Amino acid sequence: MTLATSKGQSAKKPGQREPGGRKPDFGTWFLVLPALIPILILSVGPLLYGIALAFTDSQSGRTAPTQWTGTLNFADLLHDTLFWDSFRIGLLWAVGVTVPQFLLALGLALLLNQNLRFRWLARALAIVPWAMPEVVVGIMWRLVYNPDAGILNETLRTLGLGEGRDWLTGLATALPAVILVGIWAGMPQTTVALLAGLQNTPHELHEAAALDGAGAWRRFRAVTWPALKPIALSITALNFIWNFNSFALVYVLTSGGPGGRTRLPMLFAYEQAFRYGQFGYAAAMGCVMVAAISVLLAVFLAGRLKGGADK
Amino acid sequence: MRAGRPARAGQYLALLAYLVFLAFPFLWLISTAFKSPRELGDLHPTWIPQDPGLDNFRQAFEEQPLLEAAGNSLIAALSAALIAVVVATPMAFVMARHRSRLTTAATGWVVVSQAFPFVLVIIPLFLILKNLHLINSLPGLIMVYVVWSLPFALWMLVGYVRAVPRELEEAAAVDGAGRLRTLVSVTAPLLMPGLIATALFAFITAWNEFFFALVLLKSPEKQTLPVILTHFIGAEGAADLGPLAAAAFLATLPSLVIFAIIQKRITGGMLAGAVKS
Repeated sequence: MTLATSKGQSAKKPGQREPGGRKPDFGTWFLVLPALIPILILSVGPLLYGIALAFTDSQSGRTAPTQWTGTLNFADLLHDTLFWDSFRIGLLWAVGVTVPQFLLALGLALLLNQNLRFRWLARALAIVPWAMPEVVVGIMWRLVYNPDAGILNETLRTLGLGEGRDWLTGLATALPAVILVGIWAGMPQTTVALLAGLQNTPHELHEAAALDGAGAWRRFRAVTWPALKPIALSITALNFIWNFNSFALVYVLTSGGPGGRTRLPMLFAYEQAFRYGQFGYAAAMGCVMVAAISVLLAVFLAGRLKGGADK
Repeated sequence: MRAGRPARAGQYLALLAYLVFLAFPFLWLISTAFKSPRELGDLHPTWIPQDPGLDNFRQAFEEQPLLEAAGNSLIAALSAALIAVVVATPMAFVMARHRSRLTTAATGWVVVSQAFPFVLVIIPLFLILKNLHLINSLPGLIMVYVVWSLPFALWMLVGYVRAVPRELEEAAAVDGAGRLRTLVSVTAPLLMPGLIATALFAFITAWNEFFFALVLLKSPEKQTLPVILTHFIGAEGAADLGPLAAAAFLATLPSLVIFAIIQKRITGGMLAGAVKS
């Protein structure tokens, strides 16, 4: 992503329309500073501060001064099974949401790209999960999953599929139940992005392939997917990261329960920081999460650059 | 391509399945919101409220300070949206038109910031705002929201600026207009639809936000709507379903309306970002 930009910049050719590496002049600073100052103070600064905190014993409400403790927090984290549980649950959740969501969204996007009646209805409805506050999405699904007054159990009873259960508090069902909500909540956004990508693919290619007698699957493999791939990969990578870092939805649905079965890393870190006041420790968790995401992103980017070179 | 009849039928069936999946939780929320307390206690709930009424809404307003919370949310979201756009527009202009080390770094930051786990940022922010005595205050939250919505605002705005023909600006420059003058009198008017879409998007983002508000706002009279909504869910997870549904439904309406208006533009912005990055 950024790599492409910096690459274009270093290749300074004469006659290029946008000469790169130029030093910003006074006018530029004047235009940039209003955004740059808040970004530095409230985003970059806290990020660096947060990394520094990870190497201290900072706690909330303590009178003794904060001390540097070196890598002690990280050493503790290494042995903290609860943290690694949350990390594992976070990965399960991120994969469990991102992959089915992508497949469903791809199916829906292909469907909506057809000349079907009522597809406007699907587009109109797609706004609902997308625009809703995550807190409301969580509340709404609590109503659906409610063991007595919820529509899910009542439907199962009506269909004769058993008495139903308390989905969000069952040890085995909690994570799948929460994952389903995650899929539901993010699907429209993914669908709409993929649909926009589909509409950018040249129509003529499709028709030519169809004339050559290519079936639907062949046409998808040979024409649709190659054109869609860059968008699909970007969206999937972002979705994965967002899901790994998510908080509000699961906080409202289960608060991480039952017995920590849905305690995502963010929920765990939040508890450590703002329930137990362990600022330094929670910051160390944040660092580990950033590192994990960076590794994933690097792998993804490397794969993408390679994929780009194949073309 | 004309599909055969069975294929068409299958497509409509799939579409129907998607529609049901998308719609049913929302319909259930609405149904619950309008049910009478007696009906909510029924062990065999029905889709259509038998005795629909506004009791749940009345009760919701009595149980929690919903109006104050909505007011707080409105102030936070409006201020954040306005400040974010005012601050982001000149920067987006520079990022779109002039390539320099600074703008490359800014673009990188926009991308990277999408991957932040907020917990790493929230603890220092909490400490900084505490030292500035801005904990438990809307101005503190607004500052956080401005910065938090900047990456996507920049992302959208850069796209809109690029869409403005460069020749218009060059013509203005030939006529002797400075950069600021060009920005204000030539580019800005053409950017207006994009600016409004970006502001509305920043508004929804702040209106819906939960995590920062949960951490930074402590007293109920300062809290925003999403935080107040969670108060309906009791400590044991027990909840008064009717008022909960009613309040949740109300909290969604503003974003739904705004989103319906700007959805196309957001998609455009998102896609431009995805393709270019």
